[in-house]
Amino acid sequence: MADAKVIPFDDDRSRQSAQRTGRRRPVPGRRKAEPGPQPLGTPAAPVSALPGAQEAVEQASGARAADRQEQRGGWDRRIAGGLSFLRRRITGEYDVDEFGYDKELTDQVLMSILRPFYDRYFRVEVKGVENIPAEGGALVVANHSGTLPLDGLMMQVAVHDHHPAGRHLRLLAADLVFMLPVVNELARKAGHTLACSEDAQALLERGEVVGVMPEGFKGIGKPFGERYKLQRFGRGGFVSTALKAGTPIVPCSIVGAEEIYPMIGNSKTLARLLGFPYFPITPTFPWLGPAGLVPLPTKWTIQFGEPIPTDGYPPEAAEDPMLMFNLTDQVREQIQHTLYKLLVQRRSVFF
Amino acid sequence: MLVTGVARQLGGRLVRRIQRDPEVDRVIGVDAVRPGHRLGGAEFVQADIRQPAIAKVLAEHEVDTVVHMDVTGTPLSSGGGRTTVKETNVIGTMQLLGACQKSPTVRRLVVKSSTSVYGSAPRDPAVFTETTPPKSLPSGGFAKDAVEVEGYVRGFARRRPDVAVCVLRFANILGPSADSPLAEYFSLPVLPTVLGYDPRLQFVHEDDVIDVLRIAAGEPRRGTLNSGTFNVAGEGVLLLSQCSRRLGRPTVPVLLPAVRWVGTALRTVGVTDFSPEQIRLLTHGRVVSTAQMRETLGYEPQYTTAETFADFARSRGPGLLPPDSLARAVDRVAGLPFAPFPGGALAGTTTPSNAE
Repeated sequence: MADAKVIPFDDDRSRQSAQRTGRRRPVPGRRKAEPGPQPLGTPAAPVSALPGAQEAVEQASGARAADRQEQRGGWDRRIAGGLSFLRRRITGEYDVDEFGYDKELTDQVLMSILRPFYDRYFRVEVKGVENIPAEGGALVVANHSGTLPLDGLMMQVAVHDHHPAGRHLRLLAADLVFMLPVVNELARKAGHTLACSEDAQALLERGEVVGVMPEGFKGIGKPFGERYKLQRFGRGGFVSTALKAGTPIVPCSIVGAEEIYPMIGNSKTLARLLGFPYFPITPTFPWLGPAGLVPLPTKWTIQFGEPIPTDGYPPEAAEDPMLMFNLTDQVREQIQHTLYKLLVQRRSVFF
Repeated sequence: MLVTGVARQLGGRLVRRIQRDPEVDRVIGVDAVRPGHRLGGAEFVQADIRQPAIAKVLAEHEVDTVVHMDVTGTPLSSGGGRTTVKETNVIGTMQLLGACQKSPTVRRLVVKSSTSVYGSAPRDPAVFTETTPPKSLPSGGFAKDAVEVEGYVRGFARRRPDVAVCVLRFANILGPSADSPLAEYFSLPVLPTVLGYDPRLQFVHEDDVIDVLRIAAGEPRRGTLNSGTFNVAGEGVLLLSQCSRRLGRPTVPVLLPAVRWVGTALRTVGVTDFSPEQIRLLTHGRVVSTAQMRETLGYEPQYTTAETFADFARSRGPGLLPPDSLARAVDRVAGLPFAPFPGGALAGTTTPSNAE
């Protein structure tokens, strides 16, 4: 046993019992040779500099009281916070922006609903979130997959929870989202808006982080066999919007969303009937009814890549189709490349 | 200066206010019916703008500025239905513009329009600018009238380039004396809403409407331009749910097809004018950009959307669930002595948020 590691007592109870019973219970892993009051002093790691055992005891109990005080204060604050939240909500005294984004509701409620999916269900691993600038506008461009747009929501949680500057991702969503009742209301409140150049530009010019999935329905509704093959990136409208606003483009690759609903078929007739762009048939849906809507618990990775600057171009560049296509391809290549890299690194779909 | 539509509250207020401006010599109010309110020292001419007689009025008084306020969504008092309103809006505008075109003295034309020309559809961008083309043109009602009126005004502006034309697209006008369909809607004890939709609404205060009309009708100030098309709205946005909570009126979400049906039923019995375009507004909402108004017209509204609504809410009295008493109820809960935690700390933490 080469120099054993000192494992500090980490919990009040063991510290207390060690105090009470003197030196009867030696700490596991500690060197037995150490005599004197030191074993008492050292365990309480943060206060161990003090030699006197008595002082350590006082410190420990002081810390305990402070802990309890803090815990109590925390609960107090939480209840008070909850009540004042409730008060603001029922009296309507909260603000929404022109796009209908309700920041308070998103932070307090919507994100809390999505977080268990993010943390527990898909166990999302985020890489490179610092590639999103801490301030100013940025356009996050991601691949789209998974039959239902859960990838966009998870990306939003990833930015919300992990970005060091606490930025909020404003997603651009298809018009179908804004035609459906309830969905449109929640989407607007969560800060999403219609994927059109006017809205995107307005948001970028205000210095917001805008998320877009240029593959659109082609990406999200592609068959399982074509997973992780990027579809056409629209007409590159997102590039010209970013160029006009002079904001960097942050490519983002999402791995794991493709397998949540493996789409083995597409009922064109039903889709036409319901007015949807596709009607997915998965091994469980629609055979199991609502149970078929439960996504497979895949393990996700979201990687934000190096930002591609767009501020070096002259203003007329946004009108240049050649440059648009080149930049679009560059972004697309980068996302595709990262996707392959992440897929190689992935151990399994579910772990 | 000639003002049409003075029998309405807004027209009357404009006439009374505008006489106090030093550069205005004479104000002539025109309407088909005699107004119930005072017009101050203004001259009232009872004329129907749908008749060619309006040209005579213009010539007789050597009018140099025409403020066309008679573009409205609801019939005045009980007289006449939708057909009369439409006729006044469209035919009246045509006659008035025809008269202006022949008049050698007219130098300036101001037309009150509405942001409803943008329609409201889920496929529209979130914020309309003056140049945004509507995705779905309004199919009928006041919005269609406004679109047609604007079309004629554009034609007039082409034919008479020497006349400064200003089209003001007002958002929903609210205020203590507003009599718009939306004001009526907000006065219902229980607000029917469309299930699953929470529209974004924008309001403009009556006082701001009067001020903007005055700016548009006068000579432009230095560095500003008052001809063209401008959106006029208070800053900020309120959701319908927020409005109902601030008013203290509960909402009843109804399925969209049922709302149309209820709307028709209410209209038939004459409780409210719940037109299809009104329903569309209350489904998808509408927000306009006011950058042009601020930068080009040089006008900064006194009231934000929220302040306008607060002023309106004060004038309407409390609803079934007044926000004050709800807030007090929450405060009472906050004041309850929670078992291990004394209420003191709690009250301390709630106070700052109350002050916000």
